[in-house]
Amino acid sequence: MAEERYGIDLLVVGAGVVGAAVAHYAARAGLRVTVVEQAGVASGSTGAGEGNLLVSDKTPGPELDLALLSMRLWTELAQTVPGFEYEAKGGLVVTGDDTGLAALRRLAGAQRAAGVTVTEVADPTDCEPHIRTGLAGGVLYPQDAQLMPALAAARLLDHPFIRLHTGVTVTGPITSRRGRVVGVTTTEGHYSCGNVAICAGAASGRLAAAFGTRLPITPRRGVVLVTAPVPPMIRHKVYTADYVGDVAGDTAALASSPVVEGTPSGPVLIGATRESVGWDRAIPVTALRTLASGAVALFPALAAVPVIRAYAGFRPFSPDHLPVIGPDPELVGLWHATGHEGAGVGLAAATGSLLAQAVTGRTPSLDLTPFRPHRFQEAT
Amino acid sequence: MYDLVVIGAGPAGMAAAEVVADHGGTVAVVDAGDQPGGQFHRHRPGEVHGRRLEALYAVAARVDMRYGHRVWTVERAGDRFAVRCVVGQREPASAVVSGRAVLLATGAHDRVVPFPGADLPGVMTAGGAQALLKGGGVVPSGRIVVAGTGVFLLPVAAGLAAAGGRVRGVYEANRPGRRLSSMAGEWGRIAEAGGYASRLVRHRVGFHRGQAVVAAHGRDRLTAVTVARLTANWRVVPGSRRRIECDVLAVGYGFTPQLELAEALGCRLEPGASGDPVVAVSATQRTSVPGVYAAGEVTGVGGASSAELEGRLAGHAVMGVRPPGRLLTGRAQARRFAYRLETAFPVRDGWRSWLTDDTVVCRCESVTWSGVRGAASAGAVDARTVKLLSRAGMGYCQGRVCGYAVNRLVGGDPMSVPVRRPIAQPLPLGLLAEEGEP
Ligand SMILES: Cc1cc2nc3c(=O)[nH]c(=O)nc-3n(C[C@H](O)[C@H](O)[C@H](O)COP(=O)(O)OP(=O)(O)OC[C@H]3O[C@@H](n4cnc5c(N)ncnc54)[C@H](O)[C@@H]3O)c2cc1C
Repeated sequence: MAEERYGIDLLVVGAGVVGAAVAHYAARAGLRVTVVEQAGVASGSTGAGEGNLLVSDKTPGPELDLALLSMRLWTELAQTVPGFEYEAKGGLVVTGDDTGLAALRRLAGAQRAAGVTVTEVADPTDCEPHIRTGLAGGVLYPQDAQLMPALAAARLLDHPFIRLHTGVTVTGPITSRRGRVVGVTTTEGHYSCGNVAICAGAASGRLAAAFGTRLPITPRRGVVLVTAPVPPMIRHKVYTADYVGDVAGDTAALASSPVVEGTPSGPVLIGATRESVGWDRAIPVTALRTLASGAVALFPALAAVPVIRAYAGFRPFSPDHLPVIGPDPELVGLWHATGHEGAGVGLAAATGSLLAQAVTGRTPSLDLTPFRPHRFQEAT
Repeated sequence: MYDLVVIGAGPAGMAAAEVVADHGGTVAVVDAGDQPGGQFHRHRPGEVHGRRLEALYAVAARVDMRYGHRVWTVERAGDRFAVRCVVGQREPASAVVSGRAVLLATGAHDRVVPFPGADLPGVMTAGGAQALLKGGGVVPSGRIVVAGTGVFLLPVAAGLAAAGGRVRGVYEANRPGRRLSSMAGEWGRIAEAGGYASRLVRHRVGFHRGQAVVAAHGRDRLTAVTVARLTANWRVVPGSRRRIECDVLAVGYGFTPQLELAEALGCRLEPGASGDPVVAVSATQRTSVPGVYAAGEVTGVGGASSAELEGRLAGHAVMGVRPPGRLLTGRAQARRFAYRLETAFPVRDGWRSWLTDDTVVCRCESVTWSGVRGAASAGAVDARTVKLLSRAGMGYCQGRVCGYAVNRLVGGDPMSVPVRRPIAQPLPLGLLAEEGEP
């Protein structure tokens, strides 16, 4: 390959938002990066992602820490590589009854202690004039933000040290005798490289297996509804968190409705469902109905607005709900950044920054232990 | 529950309905319009002249016609199908029509090839021009140019001329000379084609082969077009551009089947004669999904008479009745003919060289050729990824109009279009929220 003449320090598999962020930060650290993508930029999960950057839906712990770091980095990226419709619009979580409100307050209190900015709103109609009346209350999260995931991926990849090869599928590793990855095999020939980062989204489990690693990442379907353009009527990202399950037992939890939000170009986005159905693309009417009724319950005026589109995407689901970020347990020079499920857009910036630090031998600014790829092996 | 729910009251759908009714089956025919016949037999309300139209109305009287029903999805529920519709414009309501089988006879829409100025008022699709003429007797006023490719241009031009339109000429981008005359025998047998050429001659409308309208001009509406001679690959022959004053341009580059419902049901698609996807069907019009049949343009076969044949075959299959042999041979013949027609009038990629940076490719979102190119250089490889990076195809029409062109512009796999559209027709969120179980 012609590439060999230039040398590849890091070969990133996958041009989704995570692969793009990894490539971007690695390139900024001076590595020569080639991104190999089987289809086009953002053709996977990222193309379906709604672009919610949320702290509001995360309980204190490693994922929230990652999210808070990512929020800061996205704000920065919006300045340095602008052009991905970043908007710090804030999130509003509302609830219908007093039990829900008590739970929401507890969550918000814990989040505040972990560094999240939270403001309680007694009457949600003060911040959202079109929201239904009679809600018990809500919490405003000014840090919640919005971006356009596909554009973000494209902008992050636009760097002089990054080469993008679309239409190339990685099939497996080339390893040295000492057990180091020194390249990859692809449908278009071999690539030699110093390091490989698998950022293959929901396909990461399958690809990791070809590299000899067990990574239990599986697809989890999400369906999104898009309406015809409407005049601005929804200001924040809005969703309900209602207390469900057995209040006395451990199973009690806040269950969220789909997130409803307006976009600068007019359409309202409603999403998303969470279904473990493999790679099945056929969208059942029940999924569409769930989304529609959730949205109309929040904003009754939406009932008359036509839906013009629905689509399904597949999130990279990780069994313990934490992403996988770090070195491969076996193969030296192989790295993983995947498994972000429904938050990969939000978490991409931090993921990219941390993995680039690790690949270049620096100490990551956040402890990667909770995200280590070998935790699944340890468990068995 | 019906034995068959037909979607689309065109020649294919009505023929299937007739056969099923003849064999004692129950049929509902669902159509967004308010008359039987589809595009081909479109007629002015109340004007039921001729044997064919009368026959259509006779069938319509024997089955349940559900006019004004816009199907937004078809769902499979066990051994039956729920055809979910939106009814009415101002106060839309939902309706579910259930059957143990469905026939997709949803036809096709114009395949659109962009060129500079195509978004000017006065430029319309050939299909649109014909619908205006047939459905409302409307002949656009002023000088008319008809351009594009395919035999469909002939009836459009002839129809406009016969109704008093001032047709200045027909510009056929291909040079169908030999191949077409070798088909003349078959052509003659197909009644719908008869007489157009002679009518054009009678009205002194010139037919120009190997020429195309490569640009349209005007400030706030069309005033002229640039016509040019084309190379075999449809690039402009240097020095051949010339300007023709006109007020109306009817332009058609063939048709794209409406595949949303087939896709929602998971029917297998295959490349048609042009390489673009069509619904794959057996010799008796079965799709890959048991209980789902397809006939007419959705299977890639153009023309009312072959659509009718396909519809009849589907009707027999639904009722489990052996079709008469002549239907099967007729279908085979019609398919061969359709294949040859389609390959005699291809769309060559040279049209891409007609575009300028500011040529609008996606009208809904005002995305230009330079916008599409920008998306491609940022890593888009097909209509879907171009949409994500440039918004082309994200608007109201959901890429139905521009999807073909966008995909060709970036060299995407033809089979990657259509992009999935699980909601085939817009419907109010409130109705969707109340959809019942099938
Ligand atoms: C409906 C829906 C809504 C969502 N909403 C949000 C949201 O609001 N906020 C949020 O933060 N997250 C959201 N997500 C989740 C988010 O989209 C994902 O977590 C994120 O996009 C994952 O990015 P990725 O780069 O890991 O994966 P992907 O975007 O899937 O990228 C992986 C890429 O790898 C390529 N690839 C795979 N295998 C190979 C191979 N062998 N060789 C070469 N290339 C290969 C694929 O083609 C793909 O382009 C949503 C997801 C869905 C489905």
